[in-house]
Amino acid sequence: MSLLEIENLSLTIGDTPILKEIELSVAPGEIMGLVGESGSGKSMTALTVMRLLPHAARATGRVTFDGIDILAATEDQMCALRGDDIGMVFQEPMTALNPVKTIGEQVAEGIRWHTRASRADAEERARKMLDRVGLPSAKFPLSRYPHELSGGQRQRVVIAIACALKPKLLIADEPTTALDVVLQAQILDLLRDLVAESRMGLLLISHDLAVVTEMADRITILRHGEVMEAGDTASTLSGQLHPYTRQLAQASMHVPARAKPHLVGTDQPLLQVEGITRDYPGRRTSLFRRAPAIRAVDDVSLSMAPGQSVALVGRSGCGKSTLARMILALDRPSSGAIRFRGEAITGKSEAELKPARRDMQVVFQDPYGSFDPRQKVEKLVAEPLHVLEKKPTRAESREMVAHALHEVGLDQRDMDKYPHEFSGGQRQRLSIARAIITRPKLVVADEPVSALDVSIRAQILDLFAGLNQKLGIAYLFITHDLTVARAITDEVLVMHEGKIVERGKTNDVLDHPQSEAARALVAAAPDLHRAIAKRMQEQG
Amino acid sequence: MTAYLLKRLAIALATLVLASMVVFAVLEILPGDPARLMLGMNASADQVELLRNQMGLNAPLVLRYLHWAGGLLSLDFGRSYTYSVPVIDLVRERLAVSLPLALIALALSTIIAVPVGLYSASRRGRAGDTISMGVAQLGVAVPNFWFALMLIYVFAVWLRLVPAGGFPGWSAGAWPALKSLLLPAVALALPQAAILARVTRSALIEILNEDYIRTARAKGLPYRAVLWRHALRNAMIPVLTILGLQFAFLLAGTIIIENVFYLPGLGRLVFQAITQRDLIVVESVVMLLVAAVIAVNLVVDLSYAVVDPRLRSRQ
Repeated sequence: MSLLEIENLSLTIGDTPILKEIELSVAPGEIMGLVGESGSGKSMTALTVMRLLPHAARATGRVTFDGIDILAATEDQMCALRGDDIGMVFQEPMTALNPVKTIGEQVAEGIRWHTRASRADAEERARKMLDRVGLPSAKFPLSRYPHELSGGQRQRVVIAIACALKPKLLIADEPTTALDVVLQAQILDLLRDLVAESRMGLLLISHDLAVVTEMADRITILRHGEVMEAGDTASTLSGQLHPYTRQLAQASMHVPARAKPHLVGTDQPLLQVEGITRDYPGRRTSLFRRAPAIRAVDDVSLSMAPGQSVALVGRSGCGKSTLARMILALDRPSSGAIRFRGEAITGKSEAELKPARRDMQVVFQDPYGSFDPRQKVEKLVAEPLHVLEKKPTRAESREMVAHALHEVGLDQRDMDKYPHEFSGGQRQRLSIARAIITRPKLVVADEPVSALDVSIRAQILDLFAGLNQKLGIAYLFITHDLTVARAITDEVLVMHEGKIVERGKTNDVLDHPQSEAARALVAAAPDLHRAIAKRMQEQG
Repeated sequence: MTAYLLKRLAIALATLVLASMVVFAVLEILPGDPARLMLGMNASADQVELLRNQMGLNAPLVLRYLHWAGGLLSLDFGRSYTYSVPVIDLVRERLAVSLPLALIALALSTIIAVPVGLYSASRRGRAGDTISMGVAQLGVAVPNFWFALMLIYVFAVWLRLVPAGGFPGWSAGAWPALKSLLLPAVALALPQAAILARVTRSALIEILNEDYIRTARAKGLPYRAVLWRHALRNAMIPVLTILGLQFAFLLAGTIIIENVFYLPGLGRLVFQAITQRDLIVVESVVMLLVAAVIAVNLVVDLSYAVVDPRLRSRQ
């Protein structure tokens, strides 16, 4: 018998239909993968099972967990289930823990609440659970606060909270999306072990087909609140009978068509970085003493040719964003020199930097956070124009914005709209339009597609590739996602603890990584081809 | 933590020194000669000059500042021009009224506001929330002297439970003195409580949308437990900030209420001193209030660190 059985579940919030006749089941010891793009209703399905829906939500149909009718249960019954028989892990580990309570309190709280154990007993069990998820007491005493832990460590704490009472069902909603690939692999291993240890059912929600394929026994594909296809992972994904399944699989493996690397006269490098180092002052340990400085970037040298597309890959915290900030002259190196088109940009005043700023632009990860919501697109996209030598007139400016919008595949009439009128993918197009409006020679893109759904991400990668061909723009892609690096770059730099540990042609490095850091990244990166092949072997 | 504490302390002291210079300078620039004022319009120039010398008004500016600031440190505030008594005695007498009044009002406002804020936030958008926030809106809008008059009418005139005004002094016993402070404290507390309740509610509502509230709910804690255990402490920071501001106001900004209830408080002292150009009293009371505000801010800063561990480990 199934542990969780969802039958004919429909959900509306206000008048908006969210879910339509969802069917899904999870057996004990089984991993069910729930896949879909943003807005497909994955999280709402999970919150329905937890009965943690927004007030205005109305659910119909039947949700049975371990013989209990969830939709008809009282709030007291639900409180008894939550955290005891059903645990849940959320996407964003940085904000999922209460900042003013110690990790020990937070893990022990659920134990005390459900078992009425004494504080000491509950803390002992919390201690064991934290040990189990890989946070040993020597380094992670119960008295630690969340802000003293990294993202991956916090996600371990969240998993410890969810699994503290050995739940029968664990719901994990995008548990690794905010983590780098190496951490992702570790967390997924941990979840797999916990399932195997106690025959826990796992409902794994993800937008990443490769992750789900690696993990799940069965898979349910959701789109616009409806189940598109469901079945064994291997047969579903190898057959790809349903057109939407095929579309998703293809989008996740999409490689933009690129002609030869677009090299424009290679006599002078576009960007030269020579032995730069960036130290951050250490934490103050008392009024007069500081801990030794933290070296975020350590003696990095690199060179980029015009029109070249380079990936800078590495785990989170390896210093890649700090390096990018210094290249963009947003931060000053502690030592070393950066030359852009032959001119030194280190140690220059803002006025002297203007010509360089014109030729280098940036695209950020979060298309939601990088626009002022109260300004129209015309003004937002025209923002970089103030670095031009001659300030364009209003008409000229509108002309340029229209042209830039056209180049990124948006309509020129879009310039009179506000950012909230665009979808995530369209907003990322807007930030690309903003980046190319000054006809830069270099665009630095910091995780430009990692917040996007796979199909949108394929389109944006195509756009980047096209602009590279058409305008000869060189790219520095900062990413922890190797599929992005493989799809769109000629060369790759692998960064680890502030140093560049490996560099070379993208395919060479990713196929035959030499350094330990590069090997770890490649091994941890989920790969849909590989995952399907492995599943086929296992499931026949 | 020690670094945080020392830094806050250093900032507080520097602010105090700077403020004393500003207070001293402003009163220096103001027109009006205290010696002339004390002697009256009929005094001769020689007499005024003699008194100016006696009062040290002819010494160089820096010397006079140092003398004055040194006096403050040893609680020697000088003598009032109009009352001809040491300022410290005047202030001590008035503080005996104003400080307990401010503390009672602050306590009352907190006791009323935090539960109302909690209640409203937990029933956001429902009838209970709308009604209590409507009442709070009224409390913010209606001036406190109107409350004062209504309270006098009901509790003093009609029910005859407490005196309508005046202050018997602490020598008359603790209860009679407290009784006469009760109505003014309530009148002061109500508008403050209304503001504080609104702040508490909005801080809580913001916190209730945080991810860690969902984590706590997923542990199986009922809504009320989540509210008390997880939301309230995180919402304390804005509440403490407002409390700090309110204390400063309650200490000196109560002149209208003091007038309504005939209380010999600090507010009335300053008001009278200003109208009589008793600059030394004004100076002293202003400095005292500055010191009180700085001390309260220091306490608020330290309580932030108690509430939020992230501040403890940062500098």
